[in-house]
Amino acid sequence: MKVNVWLAKAIAIFSVSMLASCETENQQIAENSLIYCAEGSPASFNPQTDTSGTTIDAIANQLYNRLIKFNDDNSIAPALAKSWHVTRDGKMITFYLRKDVHFHSTDYFYPTRLFNADDVLFSFNRILDSEHPFHLVSEGKYPFFQNVQFSNIVKEIEKINDHTVRFKLHQANSSFLANLATDYAVILSKEYADLLAEQDRKDDIDVHPIGTGPFKLKSYQPGSLLRYYRHDNYWHNNVALEQLVFDITTSDTGRLTKLLTNECDVIAYPIAPHKIQENPELQLEEVTSFNIGYLGFNTHKPPFDDQRVRKAISHAINKEAIIDAVYGGKAEIANAILPKNSWAHDKSIQPHEYSPIKAKQMLIEAGYKDGFSMDIWAMPVQRAYNPNALTMAKLIQADLSEIGVQVEIVSYEWSTFLRRLSLGEHQTVLLGWSADHPDPDNFLTPLLSCSSVVTGSNRALWCNQEFDNLLKLALQTTNINQRKNLYFQAQAIIQQALPLLPIAHSKRFQARNKKVKGQLLTSFGGVNFAEVSKQ
Amino acid sequence: MFIFTLRKLNLFLFTMLLLTILSFSLSFLFPGEQLINISGQINATEQELAILATSYNQEGNIFEQYLAYVFHIFSGDLGVSMSSQTDIAGEIVRLLPATIELSMFAFVIATVIGVPIGFVAAINHNKVTDNVILAVAMIGYSVPVFWLGLLAILTFSIQLGWLPSGGQISLLYEIERPTGFMFIDILVSESPHKWQALQNAYAHIILPAFVIAAAPATVFIRLARSAMLSVLETSYIRATRAKGLSFIQIIFRHAIRNALIKVIQHIGLQFANLVTLAMITEVIFNWPGIGRWLIESIYQRDYTAIQSGLLVLSTFIFIVHIITDYTYAALNPLARGAKYGSR
Repeated sequence: MKVNVWLAKAIAIFSVSMLASCETENQQIAENSLIYCAEGSPASFNPQTDTSGTTIDAIANQLYNRLIKFNDDNSIAPALAKSWHVTRDGKMITFYLRKDVHFHSTDYFYPTRLFNADDVLFSFNRILDSEHPFHLVSEGKYPFFQNVQFSNIVKEIEKINDHTVRFKLHQANSSFLANLATDYAVILSKEYADLLAEQDRKDDIDVHPIGTGPFKLKSYQPGSLLRYYRHDNYWHNNVALEQLVFDITTSDTGRLTKLLTNECDVIAYPIAPHKIQENPELQLEEVTSFNIGYLGFNTHKPPFDDQRVRKAISHAINKEAIIDAVYGGKAEIANAILPKNSWAHDKSIQPHEYSPIKAKQMLIEAGYKDGFSMDIWAMPVQRAYNPNALTMAKLIQADLSEIGVQVEIVSYEWSTFLRRLSLGEHQTVLLGWSADHPDPDNFLTPLLSCSSVVTGSNRALWCNQEFDNLLKLALQTTNINQRKNLYFQAQAIIQQALPLLPIAHSKRFQARNKKVKGQLLTSFGGVNFAEVSKQ
Repeated sequence: MFIFTLRKLNLFLFTMLLLTILSFSLSFLFPGEQLINISGQINATEQELAILATSYNQEGNIFEQYLAYVFHIFSGDLGVSMSSQTDIAGEIVRLLPATIELSMFAFVIATVIGVPIGFVAAINHNKVTDNVILAVAMIGYSVPVFWLGLLAILTFSIQLGWLPSGGQISLLYEIERPTGFMFIDILVSESPHKWQALQNAYAHIILPAFVIAAAPATVFIRLARSAMLSVLETSYIRATRAKGLSFIQIIFRHAIRNALIKVIQHIGLQFANLVTLAMITEVIFNWPGIGRWLIESIYQRDYTAIQSGLLVLSTFIFIVHIITDYTYAALNPLARGAKYGSR
């Protein structure tokens, strides 16, 4: 029977070690740590070099700060710069920097000095100066800054003293501050860069990041996890979370399961919203993103060179049905190009209500009594602003057949699609736009200005001098009421001419355990765990 | 015993020969360039390819090429993964321990549960208990493992919330991985949360281990049952009964020990089956083992990984077989004389 006694002992020890729960200790580690189930791996550890949502969510607000940031109401607030001053002509902006900002100290870098003007100069000159030793690290790609033509805006950055920096612009640009407040305009450490340059491992600056943000990188396993520790000397607030883990779970059912089993505290892009709402421990959050899904009319091609036809079509489309079928209700009907939470959104804009009768009448007025046939180009990829363009095109096809317009749906592989689109081969196209920052200019200029007809983001190929002048005037003043007024006028022109039919502003969803407190999600930019805590 | 070892060694060498020939020929059978299939270097430049060609002796005849391949394997070079361009040998060393750990756990569970139940069935031969056990065993054997896995997650993780749904350990615990065996790594780690981590790892392994154990356990039930039945019919059992030993004494002193020898002989063979089940279960439970890695490689048409992964897995299973043969031989002197042809 000896064996049996040993067996009994072994079983006893096994079960005791399993059941003996050190409750208090257990609670501690769970309370101070948070697991976020993300949908993918970041492509870079430097937001200057990548604009994909997944990358920005993972790194931008965790590792870095910017000189200035957006408040909840989308106004600009101080961050690493405690204040700033814009000269009357708008051409010089002086930032007064904080003196108490620490960079991360990690296994691979120990900073010996605090944040100062050199870091600001380094961070921006890396982008601006093509001769800069770090410019070509990560292949010299700075997508956001190249899109806004940053080097055409900024003439020079000057260090006044250790804690004062002056940006000199070629001409006044009121969206400049908004550009600096985006997730992409982060501040890197020059001291770290110098060390890397000395050791000839410059590439490490975008791989082993050093920033000033609330968390520092502990370890990264591609495709699996991202581990952050709290930055104890964070300048802004006491960060509640000791450890922040990004569990990279690409399958959406996998993320839902982990949320339901408490293996994740917060998940990105949840499915089955009803299941989450039913559960008393979970909370579903939504925020309307700064984006727009639209139907663009090629204003160079008949019959859409006639604004009466464009309006007729817009009355014939049932947007509500589209919101239900394509977005699953997860979107807002768009009446204007600017979303409702933009400060330049004009509430007085009347929507083009759904009315086939009115549409038919307008077609007759425009001289198309028997209707006509047209094409709709449906983009072949999924985007937040349009999760299924093909379905949307089919719905529109059905709507338009009621007023006697025959629709042919066209789709190509994505790169071909974009190429042929830029040649203006389309009659109408289903596409969209996600804003990088809440400044209204980031919607109107790329979508509808004359210059973007040339660069290719204006898919309506619509060019109106009066509209363009209003946009230019609005950029040259910093007086917000004046700008608002100018943008209202500009929107009135669009409303009249209707080069694009706004369809929807999609929402971004996130689900969390109710134990997680604090704001995470904003209407643009990445998630931010700095002020999140757990109970 | 020396002769026995020699025989096993002989068998091992020949099996390895066949396995490497099979694996080598796979690189010809997969679509694409053989040299790229075997090395995984999809982005190699002309010069790098030329160096590779010499190292794999592409100029030589097929036999010389095979020798070069075997030489690469024995120097620990299994090529690089076509999809991630990481060293395959390194990946396998990192992932195999997780699979071994899970399989061992499942194996112990299957044995501890299956064998005694089989004995109980045999003792109650042709009674209700026996029939019920056989019926349950039949159902357990027939249920597909992927379905059982999903069902287990749905019940125990989502509905009841008792156990986690996947992974090896909660990501909150930061454990250094010198050996790759989670439980060993936790015990040698200096984490302040060592004991919690251990509990957490237990909680993570229970569900997948039981799911894998289900089918082998039913096989063990039937094996143990028939072994016990044949032992109970032998004359020495009848003799003990005649001598007036109580039923319990007969079972515990004589029958179990003799029945176990027969069971152990077959249990080893079940290990291959168990590893196959583990591979599928790893996918369902997100277990970072070699099975999930291999199945992902198949999805991604990563020929180099498939080829090397198969070679390593089959070698592993074969080694397990040899170990069980040794155990069996140690327990049963009669087996040492048996020829491998007869088994």
